[in-house]
Amino acid sequence: MTDLTSAAPLLEVEDLRVHFHTPRGAVEAVRGLSFTLGRERLGIVGESGSGKSQTGRAILGLTAGNGRITAKTLRFQGQDLLSLSPKQWRAVRGARMSMIMQDPKYSLNPVMTVGDQIVEAYRQHHRVSAAEARLRALAMLARVKIRDPERVFATYPHEVSGGMGQRIMIAMMLIPEPDLIIADEPTSALDVTVRLQVLAILDDLVRERGMALIFISHDLPLVSSFCDRILVMYKGRVVEDLKASELHAARHPYTQGLLGCLPKLDQRQETLPVLRRDPRWEHGTLEEVTR
Amino acid sequence: MSGAVLQAVPGTGIDVSGLNVWFGDHQVLHGVSFSVPEGGALGLVGESGSGKSTVLRALCGLVDQWSGALRIDGAELGKTRSRGFYRVVQMVFQDPFASLHPRHTIDRTLSEPAQVHGLDRVEERVVTALEQVGLDRSFRFRFPHQLSGGQRQRVAIARALMLEPRVLLLDEPTSALDVSIQAEVLNLLKGLQRDLGLTTLMVSHDLAVVSHMCDAVAIMNRGRILETIAAEDLAAGRVDHPYSRQLLRASSGFDRAVIDSFVDWE
Repeated sequence: MTDLTSAAPLLEVEDLRVHFHTPRGAVEAVRGLSFTLGRERLGIVGESGSGKSQTGRAILGLTAGNGRITAKTLRFQGQDLLSLSPKQWRAVRGARMSMIMQDPKYSLNPVMTVGDQIVEAYRQHHRVSAAEARLRALAMLARVKIRDPERVFATYPHEVSGGMGQRIMIAMMLIPEPDLIIADEPTSALDVTVRLQVLAILDDLVRERGMALIFISHDLPLVSSFCDRILVMYKGRVVEDLKASELHAARHPYTQGLLGCLPKLDQRQETLPVLRRDPRWEHGTLEEVTR
Repeated sequence: MSGAVLQAVPGTGIDVSGLNVWFGDHQVLHGVSFSVPEGGALGLVGESGSGKSTVLRALCGLVDQWSGALRIDGAELGKTRSRGFYRVVQMVFQDPFASLHPRHTIDRTLSEPAQVHGLDRVEERVVTALEQVGLDRSFRFRFPHQLSGGQRQRVAIARALMLEPRVLLLDEPTSALDVSIQAEVLNLLKGLQRDLGLTTLMVSHDLAVVSHMCDAVAIMNRGRILETIAAEDLAAGRVDHPYSRQLLRASSGFDRAVIDSFVDWE
Protein backbone atom coordinates (compact mmCIF):
# COMPACT_ATOMS: atom_id res chain seq x y z
CA MET A 1 0.00 0.00 0.00
CA THR A 2 1.15 3.52 -0.56
CA ASP A 3 1.91 5.80 2.31
CA LEU A 4 -1.03 8.16 2.68
CA THR A 5 0.98 10.67 4.61
CA SER A 6 3.76 11.07 2.05
CA ALA A 7 3.97 14.55 0.67
CA ALA A 8 4.81 13.46 -2.86
CA PRO A 9 1.81 13.85 -5.17
CA LEU A 10 0.12 10.76 -6.53
CA LEU A 11 0.31 11.94 -10.10
CA GLU A 12 2.61 14.54 -11.63
CA VAL A 13 1.95 15.77 -15.13
CA GLU A 14 4.18 18.37 -16.74
CA ASP A 15 3.89 19.63 -20.30
CA LEU A 16 1.77 16.70 -21.51
CA ARG A 17 1.18 16.73 -25.25
CA VAL A 18 -0.86 14.34 -27.36
CA HIS A 19 -0.43 14.45 -31.14
CA PHE A 20 -2.41 12.51 -33.67
CA HIS A 21 -1.23 11.73 -37.16
CA THR A 22 -4.15 11.99 -39.51
CA PRO A 23 -4.31 11.98 -43.31
CA ARG A 24 -4.73 15.75 -43.09
CA GLY A 25 -1.59 16.26 -41.05
CA ALA A 26 -0.75 16.31 -37.37
CA VAL A 27 -3.35 17.39 -34.83
CA GLU A 28 -2.35 18.39 -31.33
CA ALA A 29 -5.21 17.34 -29.05
CA VAL A 30 -3.49 18.18 -25.77
CA ARG A 31 -1.04 21.07 -25.76
CA GLY A 32 1.26 21.37 -22.79
CA LEU A 33 -0.91 20.31 -19.87
CA SER A 34 0.55 20.42 -16.36
CA PHE A 35 -0.97 19.54 -13.01
CA THR A 36 -0.29 17.55 -9.89
CA LEU A 37 -2.86 15.41 -8.17
CA GLY A 38 -3.02 14.39 -4.54
CA ARG A 39 -5.73 12.30 -2.92
CA GLU A 40 -8.46 14.62 -4.08
CA ARG A 41 -11.33 14.82 -6.52
CA LEU A 42 -10.24 16.76 -9.57
CA GLY A 43 -12.71 17.77 -12.26
CA ILE A 44 -11.55 18.29 -15.85
CA VAL A 45 -14.19 20.28 -17.72
CA GLY A 46 -14.44 21.37 -21.32
CA GLU A 47 -16.50 21.12 -24.47
CA SER A 48 -16.12 18.47 -27.14
CA GLY A 49 -12.68 18.63 -28.69
CA SER A 50 -11.10 20.35 -25.70
CA GLY A 51 -8.78 17.40 -25.08
CA LYS A 52 -10.28 16.39 -21.73
CA SER A 53 -10.84 12.75 -22.68
CA GLN A 54 -7.47 12.51 -24.42
CA THR A 55 -5.83 13.70 -21.21
CA GLY A 56 -7.49 10.86 -19.28
CA ARG A 57 -6.55 8.34 -21.91
CA ALA A 58 -2.94 9.49 -22.07
CA ILE A 59 -2.54 9.07 -18.31
CA LEU A 60 -3.84 5.51 -18.60
CA GLY A 61 -1.77 4.71 -21.69
CA LEU A 62 -4.91 4.20 -23.77
CA THR A 63 -4.19 6.71 -26.53
CA ALA A 64 -5.14 5.35 -29.96
CA GLY A 65 -2.45 3.88 -32.19
CA ASN A 66 -1.99 6.96 -34.36
CA GLY A 67 -1.39 9.14 -31.32
CA ARG A 68 1.93 10.07 -29.75
CA ILE A 69 2.36 11.21 -26.16
CA THR A 70 5.20 13.40 -24.96
CA ALA A 71 5.70 15.00 -21.58
CA LYS A 72 8.49 16.44 -19.48
CA THR A 73 7.06 14.49 -16.56
CA LEU A 74 4.33 11.88 -16.38
CA ARG A 75 4.85 10.20 -13.04
CA PHE A 76 2.42 8.08 -11.04
CA GLN A 77 3.42 7.15 -7.48
CA GLY A 78 6.98 8.05 -8.36
CA GLN A 79 7.04 5.78 -11.43
CA ASP A 80 7.74 7.22 -14.87
CA LEU A 81 4.77 6.11 -16.98
CA LEU A 82 6.32 6.95 -20.34
CA SER A 83 9.12 4.43 -19.87
CA LEU A 84 6.79 1.49 -19.17
CA SER A 85 6.68 -1.49 -21.51
CA PRO A 86 3.19 -2.63 -22.60
CA LYS A 87 3.44 -5.48 -20.10
CA GLN A 88 4.38 -3.18 -17.24
CA TRP A 89 1.54 -0.91 -18.30
CA ARG A 90 -0.98 -3.69 -17.92
CA ALA A 91 0.19 -4.31 -14.38
CA VAL A 92 -0.45 -0.67 -13.49
CA ARG A 93 -3.71 -0.27 -15.37
CA GLY A 94 -6.63 -1.78 -13.51
CA ALA A 95 -4.63 -2.53 -10.36
CA ARG A 96 -3.41 0.93 -9.48
CA MET A 97 -5.31 3.21 -11.79
CA SER A 98 -8.56 2.50 -13.51
CA MET A 99 -11.12 4.09 -15.77
CA ILE A 100 -14.91 4.34 -15.74
CA MET A 101 -16.30 5.13 -19.17
CA GLN A 102 -19.44 6.88 -20.25
CA ASP A 103 -21.84 4.22 -21.36
CA PRO A 104 -22.07 0.79 -19.69
CA LYS A 105 -23.89 -0.46 -22.79
CA TYR A 106 -20.66 -0.27 -24.73
CA SER A 107 -18.09 -0.93 -22.04
CA LEU A 108 -19.42 -4.17 -20.55
CA ASN A 109 -18.87 -7.42 -22.41
CA PRO A 110 -22.31 -8.39 -23.77
CA VAL A 111 -21.65 -12.14 -23.87
CA MET A 112 -20.30 -12.57 -20.34
CA THR A 113 -22.33 -12.43 -17.15
CA VAL A 114 -21.88 -9.42 -14.94
CA GLY A 115 -20.43 -11.55 -12.15
CA ASP A 116 -17.86 -13.27 -14.35
CA GLN A 117 -16.65 -9.87 -15.58
CA ILE A 118 -16.13 -8.58 -12.06
CA VAL A 119 -14.41 -11.81 -11.01
CA GLU A 120 -12.13 -11.54 -14.04
CA ALA A 121 -11.21 -7.97 -13.14
CA TYR A 122 -10.27 -9.07 -9.63
CA ARG A 123 -8.34 -12.20 -10.50
CA GLN A 124 -6.37 -10.33 -13.14
CA HIS A 125 -4.52 -8.62 -10.31
CA HIS A 126 -5.00 -10.89 -7.28
CA ARG A 127 -4.07 -14.55 -6.98
CA VAL A 128 -7.15 -15.96 -5.27
CA SER A 129 -9.41 -18.97 -5.75
CA ALA A 130 -12.52 -18.69 -7.91
CA ALA A 131 -14.70 -19.14 -4.83
CA GLU A 132 -13.04 -16.31 -2.97
CA ALA A 133 -13.16 -14.02 -5.99
CA ARG A 134 -16.88 -14.72 -6.27
CA LEU A 135 -17.43 -13.74 -2.65
CA ARG A 136 -15.46 -10.55 -3.21
CA ALA A 137 -17.47 -9.74 -6.32
CA LEU A 138 -20.76 -10.27 -4.48
CA ALA A 139 -19.58 -8.04 -1.64
CA MET A 140 -18.56 -5.40 -4.16
CA LEU A 141 -21.97 -5.52 -5.84
CA ALA A 142 -23.55 -4.97 -2.45
CA ARG A 143 -21.18 -2.03 -1.89
CA VAL A 144 -22.50 -0.29 -4.99
CA LYS A 145 -26.00 -0.71 -3.54
CA ILE A 146 -27.26 -3.47 -5.75
CA ARG A 147 -30.10 -4.98 -3.77
CA ASP A 148 -29.89 -8.59 -4.86
CA PRO A 149 -26.22 -9.27 -5.69
CA GLU A 150 -26.73 -13.02 -6.20
CA ARG A 151 -29.31 -12.41 -8.91
CA VAL A 152 -27.41 -9.59 -10.61
CA PHE A 153 -24.20 -11.65 -10.54
CA ALA A 154 -25.80 -14.11 -12.97
CA THR A 155 -27.35 -11.55 -15.35
CA TYR A 156 -26.01 -10.36 -18.68
CA PRO A 157 -25.43 -6.63 -19.31
CA HIS A 158 -28.52 -6.28 -21.56
CA GLU A 159 -30.72 -7.39 -18.67
CA VAL A 160 -29.85 -4.46 -16.42
CA SER A 161 -30.81 -0.78 -16.55
CA GLY A 162 -28.37 2.00 -17.40
CA GLY A 163 -27.99 3.08 -13.78
CA MET A 164 -27.35 -0.48 -12.64
CA GLY A 165 -24.94 -1.03 -15.53
CA GLN A 166 -22.92 1.95 -14.43
CA ARG A 167 -22.86 0.72 -10.82
CA ILE A 168 -21.59 -2.62 -12.14
CA MET A 169 -18.85 -0.77 -14.04
CA ILE A 170 -17.89 1.03 -10.85
CA ALA A 171 -17.80 -2.28 -8.96
CA MET A 172 -15.57 -3.78 -11.63
CA MET A 173 -13.18 -0.84 -11.69
CA LEU A 174 -12.94 -0.50 -7.94
CA ILE A 175 -12.58 -4.14 -6.95
CA PRO A 176 -8.81 -4.25 -7.60
CA GLU A 177 -8.59 -1.27 -5.20
CA PRO A 178 -6.79 1.20 -7.44
CA ASP A 179 -5.32 4.42 -6.04
CA LEU A 180 -6.54 6.55 -8.92
CA ILE A 181 -9.86 6.40 -10.73
CA ILE A 182 -10.34 8.29 -13.97
CA ALA A 183 -14.04 8.67 -14.70
CA ASP A 184 -14.80 9.94 -18.20
CA GLU A 185 -18.37 11.29 -18.28
CA PRO A 186 -19.40 8.42 -15.99
CA THR A 187 -22.99 9.54 -15.60
CA SER A 188 -23.82 11.48 -18.75
CA ALA A 189 -25.96 8.66 -20.12
CA LEU A 190 -28.06 8.49 -16.94
CA ASP A 191 -31.20 10.24 -15.76
CA VAL A 192 -30.68 13.00 -13.25
CA THR A 193 -31.78 11.23 -10.08
CA VAL A 194 -29.96 8.02 -11.00
CA ARG A 195 -26.92 10.11 -11.96
CA LEU A 196 -26.73 11.63 -8.50
CA GLN A 197 -27.24 8.28 -6.79
CA VAL A 198 -24.40 6.75 -8.81
CA LEU A 199 -22.17 9.72 -7.98
CA ALA A 200 -23.00 9.32 -4.30
CA ILE A 201 -21.82 5.70 -4.43
CA LEU A 202 -18.63 6.73 -6.20
CA ASP A 203 -18.12 9.50 -3.66
CA ASP A 204 -18.47 7.08 -0.71
CA LEU A 205 -16.00 4.59 -2.15
CA VAL A 206 -13.46 7.24 -3.05
CA ARG A 207 -13.63 8.69 0.47
CA GLU A 208 -13.53 5.35 2.29
CA ARG A 209 -10.57 4.04 0.37
CA GLY A 210 -8.70 7.30 0.14
CA MET A 211 -8.56 7.14 -3.64
CA ALA A 212 -7.91 10.01 -5.98
CA LEU A 213 -10.50 10.75 -8.63
CA ILE A 214 -10.24 12.54 -11.95
CA PHE A 215 -13.74 13.36 -13.09
CA ILE A 216 -13.95 14.31 -16.76
CA SER A 217 -17.17 16.02 -17.76
CA HIS A 218 -18.77 18.72 -19.87
CA ASP A 219 -21.14 19.59 -17.02
CA LEU A 220 -19.53 22.49 -15.17
CA PRO A 221 -22.20 22.96 -12.46
CA LEU A 222 -22.28 19.24 -11.67
CA VAL A 223 -18.49 19.01 -11.47
CA SER A 224 -18.29 22.04 -9.24
CA SER A 225 -20.78 20.49 -6.82
CA PHE A 226 -18.93 17.16 -6.77
CA CYS A 227 -15.18 17.85 -6.99
CA ASP A 228 -12.60 19.71 -4.90
CA ARG A 229 -10.76 21.36 -7.76
CA ILE A 230 -11.50 22.06 -11.42
CA LEU A 231 -9.33 22.37 -14.50
CA VAL A 232 -11.12 24.11 -17.35
CA MET A 233 -9.79 23.02 -20.75
CA TYR A 234 -10.10 24.86 -24.03
CA LYS A 235 -8.56 23.60 -27.28
CA GLY A 236 -6.09 21.29 -25.60
CA ARG A 237 -4.92 23.62 -22.84
CA VAL A 238 -5.93 24.29 -19.26
CA VAL A 239 -7.15 27.86 -19.31
CA GLU A 240 -8.17 28.03 -15.67
CA ASP A 241 -7.39 26.02 -12.54
CA LEU A 242 -9.65 26.80 -9.61
CA LYS A 243 -11.19 25.50 -6.43
CA ALA A 244 -14.66 24.09 -7.09
CA SER A 245 -16.12 26.21 -4.34
CA GLU A 246 -14.84 29.32 -6.11
CA LEU A 247 -16.37 28.62 -9.50
CA HIS A 248 -18.65 31.62 -9.17
CA ALA A 249 -15.50 33.77 -9.00
CA ALA A 250 -14.01 32.29 -12.19
CA ARG A 251 -11.89 34.85 -14.02
CA HIS A 252 -11.35 33.37 -17.46
CA PRO A 253 -13.91 34.67 -19.97
CA TYR A 254 -14.32 31.12 -21.32
CA THR A 255 -15.26 29.73 -17.90
CA GLN A 256 -17.57 32.67 -17.33
CA GLY A 257 -19.06 32.20 -20.80
CA LEU A 258 -19.71 28.49 -20.21
CA LEU A 259 -21.57 29.29 -17.01
CA GLY A 260 -23.42 32.19 -18.59
CA CYS A 261 -24.85 30.36 -21.58
CA LEU A 262 -26.69 27.77 -19.49
CA PRO A 263 -30.41 28.39 -19.11
CA LYS A 264 -31.16 28.81 -15.42
CA LEU A 265 -34.31 27.77 -13.66
CA ASP A 266 -34.35 30.63 -11.20
CA GLN A 267 -33.72 33.49 -13.60
CA ARG A 268 -35.79 33.74 -16.75
CA GLN A 269 -34.22 35.54 -19.67
CA GLU A 270 -35.56 36.11 -23.15
CA THR A 271 -32.27 35.42 -24.93
CA LEU A 272 -29.39 33.34 -23.63
CA PRO A 273 -25.94 34.93 -23.72
CA VAL A 274 -23.80 33.17 -26.32
CA LEU A 275 -20.12 32.46 -26.09
CA ARG A 276 -17.98 34.87 -28.10
CA ARG A 277 -14.77 32.96 -28.69
CA ASP A 278 -11.65 35.08 -28.50
CA PRO A 279 -8.64 33.87 -30.54
CA ARG A 280 -6.42 34.88 -27.61
CA TRP A 281 -7.92 32.03 -25.55
CA GLU A 282 -5.99 29.57 -27.66
CA HIS A 283 -2.54 30.68 -26.52
CA GLY A 284 -2.91 33.45 -23.95
CA THR A 285 -2.36 33.09 -20.24
CA LEU A 286 -5.13 33.92 -17.79
CA GLU A 287 -3.49 37.29 -17.15
CA GLU A 288 -3.31 38.07 -20.86
CA VAL A 289 -6.93 37.26 -21.61
CA THR A 290 -8.34 39.09 -18.61
CA ARG A 291 -6.32 42.22 -19.19
CA MET B 1 -53.59 16.26 -51.82
CA SER B 2 -54.82 18.56 -49.11
CA GLY B 3 -55.47 16.43 -46.05
CA ALA B 4 -58.10 16.98 -43.43
CA VAL B 5 -55.73 19.07 -41.39
CA LEU B 6 -55.35 21.72 -44.06
CA GLN B 7 -59.07 22.38 -44.10
CA ALA B 8 -59.24 22.67 -40.36
CA VAL B 9 -59.58 25.99 -38.62
CA PRO B 10 -56.22 27.33 -37.53
CA GLY B 11 -56.24 28.69 -34.05
CA THR B 12 -56.59 25.71 -31.80
CA GLY B 13 -53.07 24.30 -31.73
CA ILE B 14 -52.51 20.80 -30.36
CA ASP B 15 -55.08 18.94 -28.31
CA VAL B 16 -54.39 15.48 -26.92
CA SER B 17 -56.95 13.75 -24.78
CA GLY B 18 -56.89 10.33 -23.14
CA LEU B 19 -53.96 9.05 -25.18
CA ASN B 20 -53.05 5.43 -24.46
CA VAL B 21 -50.22 3.70 -26.30
CA TRP B 22 -49.22 0.05 -26.26
CA PHE B 23 -46.03 -1.63 -27.42
CA GLY B 24 -47.33 -5.18 -27.80
CA ASP B 25 -48.90 -6.12 -24.46
CA HIS B 26 -47.09 -3.38 -22.61
CA GLN B 27 -48.98 -0.14 -22.07
CA VAL B 28 -46.54 2.78 -22.16
CA LEU B 29 -48.91 5.77 -22.06
CA HIS B 30 -51.89 5.94 -19.73
CA GLY B 31 -54.53 8.55 -20.47
CA VAL B 32 -52.22 11.41 -21.42
CA SER B 33 -54.11 14.69 -21.93
CA PHE B 34 -52.88 18.21 -22.60
CA SER B 35 -53.40 21.04 -25.01
CA VAL B 36 -51.16 23.69 -26.51
CA PRO B 37 -52.86 26.87 -27.75
CA GLU B 38 -51.84 28.15 -31.18
CA GLY B 39 -48.49 29.89 -30.95
CA GLY B 40 -47.93 28.49 -27.47
CA ALA B 41 -45.16 26.24 -26.23
CA LEU B 42 -45.50 23.25 -23.94
CA GLY B 43 -42.62 21.22 -22.56
CA LEU B 44 -42.83 17.52 -21.72
CA VAL B 45 -40.33 16.63 -19.02
CA GLY B 46 -39.46 13.28 -17.55
CA GLU B 47 -36.78 10.66 -17.16
CA SER B 48 -36.10 7.86 -19.61
CA GLY B 49 -39.06 5.54 -19.98
CA SER B 50 -41.53 8.21 -18.89
CA GLY B 51 -43.14 8.15 -22.34
CA LYS B 52 -42.38 11.76 -23.28
CA SER B 53 -40.95 10.90 -26.71
CA THR B 54 -43.76 8.42 -27.35
CA VAL B 55 -46.24 11.30 -27.18
CA LEU B 56 -44.43 13.00 -30.07
CA ARG B 57 -44.19 9.77 -32.01
CA ALA B 58 -47.92 9.15 -31.58
CA LEU B 59 -48.70 12.63 -32.91
CA CYS B 60 -46.45 12.04 -35.91
CA GLY B 61 -48.07 8.72 -36.73
CA LEU B 62 -45.01 6.65 -35.79
CA VAL B 63 -46.91 4.51 -33.27
CA ASP B 64 -49.30 1.71 -34.30
CA GLN B 65 -51.33 0.78 -31.24
CA TRP B 66 -52.99 3.73 -29.63
CA SER B 67 -56.36 5.02 -28.51
CA GLY B 68 -57.66 8.41 -27.50
CA ALA B 69 -58.17 11.63 -29.40
CA LEU B 70 -55.42 13.64 -31.09
CA ARG B 71 -56.37 16.97 -32.65
CA ILE B 72 -54.24 19.44 -34.53
CA ASP B 73 -55.91 22.74 -35.39
CA GLY B 74 -59.20 21.21 -34.36
CA ALA B 75 -59.10 18.32 -36.83
CA GLU B 76 -59.03 14.83 -35.37
CA LEU B 77 -56.15 12.64 -36.52
CA GLY B 78 -56.94 9.16 -37.79
CA LYS B 79 -54.83 6.03 -37.87
CA THR B 80 -52.69 7.29 -40.73
CA ARG B 81 -51.30 10.73 -41.46
CA SER B 82 -52.11 12.45 -44.74
CA ARG B 83 -49.49 14.21 -46.77
CA GLY B 84 -51.14 17.48 -45.80
CA PHE B 85 -50.49 16.70 -42.13
CA TYR B 86 -46.77 17.09 -42.65
CA ARG B 87 -47.28 20.54 -44.17
CA VAL B 88 -48.64 21.56 -40.79
CA VAL B 89 -46.57 19.47 -38.37
CA GLN B 90 -42.81 18.99 -38.53
CA MET B 91 -40.38 17.40 -36.13
CA VAL B 92 -36.74 17.98 -35.14
CA PHE B 93 -34.94 14.98 -33.68
CA GLN B 94 -32.34 14.68 -30.97
CA ASP B 95 -29.24 13.60 -32.79
CA PRO B 96 -28.20 15.70 -35.79
CA PHE B 97 -25.56 13.09 -36.58
CA ALA B 98 -28.24 10.47 -37.18
CA SER B 99 -31.08 12.53 -38.64
CA LEU B 100 -29.36 13.87 -41.78
CA HIS B 101 -28.61 11.64 -44.76
CA PRO B 102 -24.80 11.39 -44.85
CA ARG B 103 -24.58 11.21 -48.64
CA HIS B 104 -27.00 13.98 -49.50
CA THR B 105 -25.88 17.57 -49.76
CA ILE B 106 -27.61 20.10 -47.54
CA ASP B 107 -29.32 21.40 -50.67
CA ARG B 108 -30.78 17.98 -51.45
CA THR B 109 -31.80 17.40 -47.82
CA LEU B 110 -33.68 20.68 -47.79
CA SER B 111 -35.15 20.40 -51.30
CA GLU B 112 -36.59 16.95 -50.81
CA PRO B 113 -39.59 17.87 -48.63
CA ALA B 114 -40.52 20.67 -51.06
CA GLN B 115 -40.29 18.31 -54.04
CA VAL B 116 -42.29 15.58 -52.29
CA HIS B 117 -45.04 18.11 -51.69
CA GLY B 118 -44.82 19.53 -55.23
CA LEU B 119 -43.97 23.05 -54.14
CA ASP B 120 -42.64 25.63 -56.57
CA ARG B 121 -39.65 27.97 -56.12
CA VAL B 122 -37.66 25.24 -54.37
CA GLU B 123 -34.32 26.99 -54.65
CA GLU B 124 -35.69 30.19 -53.20
CA ARG B 125 -37.22 28.24 -50.32
CA VAL B 126 -33.91 26.50 -49.58
CA VAL B 127 -32.09 29.82 -49.40
CA THR B 128 -34.79 31.30 -47.18
CA ALA B 129 -34.76 28.32 -44.81
CA LEU B 130 -30.97 28.53 -44.51
CA GLU B 131 -31.21 32.24 -43.75
CA GLN B 132 -33.86 31.57 -41.11
CA VAL B 133 -31.47 29.29 -39.23
CA GLY B 134 -28.49 31.62 -39.60
CA LEU B 135 -26.49 29.67 -42.20
CA ASP B 136 -25.19 31.40 -45.32
CA ARG B 137 -25.54 30.10 -48.88
CA SER B 138 -22.10 28.52 -48.83
CA PHE B 139 -23.57 25.67 -46.80
CA ARG B 140 -25.91 24.60 -49.58
CA PHE B 141 -23.58 22.25 -51.35
CA ARG B 142 -21.79 20.81 -48.37
CA PHE B 143 -22.33 17.38 -46.85
CA PRO B 144 -23.27 16.76 -43.21
CA HIS B 145 -19.78 15.47 -42.30
CA GLN B 146 -18.37 18.88 -43.20
CA LEU B 147 -20.57 20.55 -40.59
CA SER B 148 -20.30 20.78 -36.82
CA GLY B 149 -23.00 19.39 -34.54
CA GLY B 150 -24.61 22.79 -34.06
CA GLN B 151 -24.62 23.50 -37.78
CA ARG B 152 -26.22 20.12 -38.47
CA GLN B 153 -28.95 20.80 -35.96
CA ARG B 154 -29.56 24.12 -37.73
CA VAL B 155 -29.94 22.18 -40.99
CA ALA B 156 -32.41 19.80 -39.32
CA ILE B 157 -34.40 22.83 -38.15
CA ALA B 158 -34.21 24.37 -41.65
CA ARG B 159 -35.56 21.14 -43.10
CA ALA B 160 -38.49 21.27 -40.68
CA LEU B 161 -39.17 24.87 -41.76
CA MET B 162 -39.13 24.09 -45.51
CA LEU B 163 -42.85 23.29 -45.58
CA GLU B 164 -43.75 26.35 -43.50
CA PRO B 165 -45.38 24.30 -40.74
CA ARG B 166 -47.53 25.78 -37.99
CA VAL B 167 -46.60 23.15 -35.42
CA LEU B 168 -43.07 22.13 -34.45
CA LEU B 169 -42.34 18.98 -32.43
CA LEU B 170 -38.91 19.06 -30.80
CA ASP B 171 -37.43 15.87 -29.35
CA GLU B 172 -34.47 16.83 -27.13
CA PRO B 173 -33.16 19.15 -29.84
CA THR B 174 -30.06 20.26 -27.94
CA SER B 175 -29.10 17.39 -25.67
CA ALA B 176 -26.40 16.17 -28.06
CA LEU B 177 -24.78 19.62 -28.26
CA ASP B 178 -22.18 21.45 -26.18
CA VAL B 179 -23.68 24.05 -23.85
CA SER B 180 -22.35 27.02 -25.82
CA ILE B 181 -23.91 25.61 -28.99
CA GLN B 182 -27.07 24.72 -27.08
CA ALA B 183 -27.50 28.40 -26.18
CA GLU B 184 -27.26 29.39 -29.86
CA VAL B 185 -29.76 26.74 -30.99
CA LEU B 186 -32.21 27.57 -28.19
CA ASN B 187 -32.02 31.27 -29.10
CA LEU B 188 -32.67 30.35 -32.72
CA LEU B 189 -35.67 28.17 -31.84
CA LYS B 190 -37.12 30.79 -29.54
CA GLY B 191 -36.77 33.46 -32.21
CA LEU B 192 -38.46 31.28 -34.83
CA GLN B 193 -41.23 30.42 -32.42
CA ARG B 194 -41.87 34.12 -31.85
CA ASP B 195 -41.42 35.36 -35.44
CA LEU B 196 -43.34 32.58 -37.19
CA GLY B 197 -45.90 32.07 -34.43
CA LEU B 198 -45.11 28.35 -34.27
CA THR B 199 -47.00 26.12 -31.88
CA THR B 200 -44.29 24.12 -30.12
CA LEU B 201 -44.25 20.85 -28.22
CA MET B 202 -40.81 20.19 -26.78
CA VAL B 203 -39.55 17.06 -25.08
CA SER B 204 -36.56 17.33 -22.77
CA HIS B 205 -35.04 15.86 -19.63
CA ASP B 206 -33.59 19.26 -18.73
CA LEU B 207 -35.92 21.35 -16.56
CA ALA B 208 -33.96 24.55 -17.12
CA VAL B 209 -34.06 24.17 -20.92
CA VAL B 210 -37.79 23.48 -20.93
CA SER B 211 -38.69 26.31 -18.60
CA HIS B 212 -36.59 28.65 -20.75
CA MET B 213 -38.35 27.63 -23.95
CA CYS B 214 -41.93 26.98 -22.90
CA ASP B 215 -44.92 28.71 -21.30
CA ALA B 216 -46.03 25.58 -19.50
CA VAL B 217 -44.46 22.27 -18.52
CA ALA B 218 -46.05 18.84 -18.14
CA ILE B 219 -44.13 16.51 -15.85
CA MET B 220 -44.32 12.86 -16.86
CA ASN B 221 -43.51 9.67 -15.03
CA ARG B 222 -44.21 6.07 -16.08
CA GLY B 223 -46.49 7.00 -18.95
CA ARG B 224 -48.63 9.51 -17.06
CA ILE B 225 -48.67 13.26 -16.76
CA LEU B 226 -48.38 14.00 -13.05
CA GLU B 227 -48.99 17.72 -13.30
CA THR B 228 -48.95 20.57 -15.80
CA ILE B 229 -47.69 23.87 -14.47
CA ALA B 230 -46.76 27.30 -15.75
CA ALA B 231 -43.04 27.76 -16.43
CA GLU B 232 -42.89 30.59 -13.87
CA ASP B 233 -44.20 28.25 -11.19
CA LEU B 234 -41.60 25.64 -12.08
CA ALA B 235 -38.88 28.29 -11.94
CA ALA B 236 -40.10 29.40 -8.53
CA GLY B 237 -40.26 25.80 -7.29
CA ARG B 238 -44.04 25.86 -6.95
CA VAL B 239 -44.77 22.24 -7.80
CA ASP B 240 -47.37 19.98 -6.21
CA HIS B 241 -46.35 16.42 -6.90
CA PRO B 242 -43.54 14.93 -4.77
CA TYR B 243 -41.96 13.46 -7.90
CA SER B 244 -41.74 16.90 -9.48
CA ARG B 245 -40.16 18.21 -6.33
CA GLN B 246 -37.57 15.43 -6.40
CA LEU B 247 -36.80 16.13 -10.06
CA LEU B 248 -36.40 19.80 -9.29
CA ARG B 249 -34.03 19.16 -6.40
CA ALA B 250 -32.04 16.65 -8.45
CA SER B 251 -31.34 19.25 -11.09
CA SER B 252 -29.57 21.57 -8.68
CA GLY B 253 -26.36 19.54 -8.46
CA PHE B 254 -24.63 17.10 -6.12
CA ASP B 255 -25.89 17.36 -2.56
CA ARG B 256 -25.67 14.34 -0.27
CA ALA B 257 -28.65 15.24 1.89
CA VAL B 258 -30.85 15.61 -1.17
CA ILE B 259 -29.64 12.36 -2.74
CA ASP B 260 -30.29 10.39 0.43
CA SER B 261 -33.88 11.64 0.39
CA PHE B 262 -34.59 10.25 -3.10
CA VAL B 263 -37.45 7.81 -3.42
CA ASP B 264 -37.83 5.26 -6.21
CA TRP B 265 -40.88 5.90 -8.33
CA GLU B 266 -40.88 2.44 -9.90
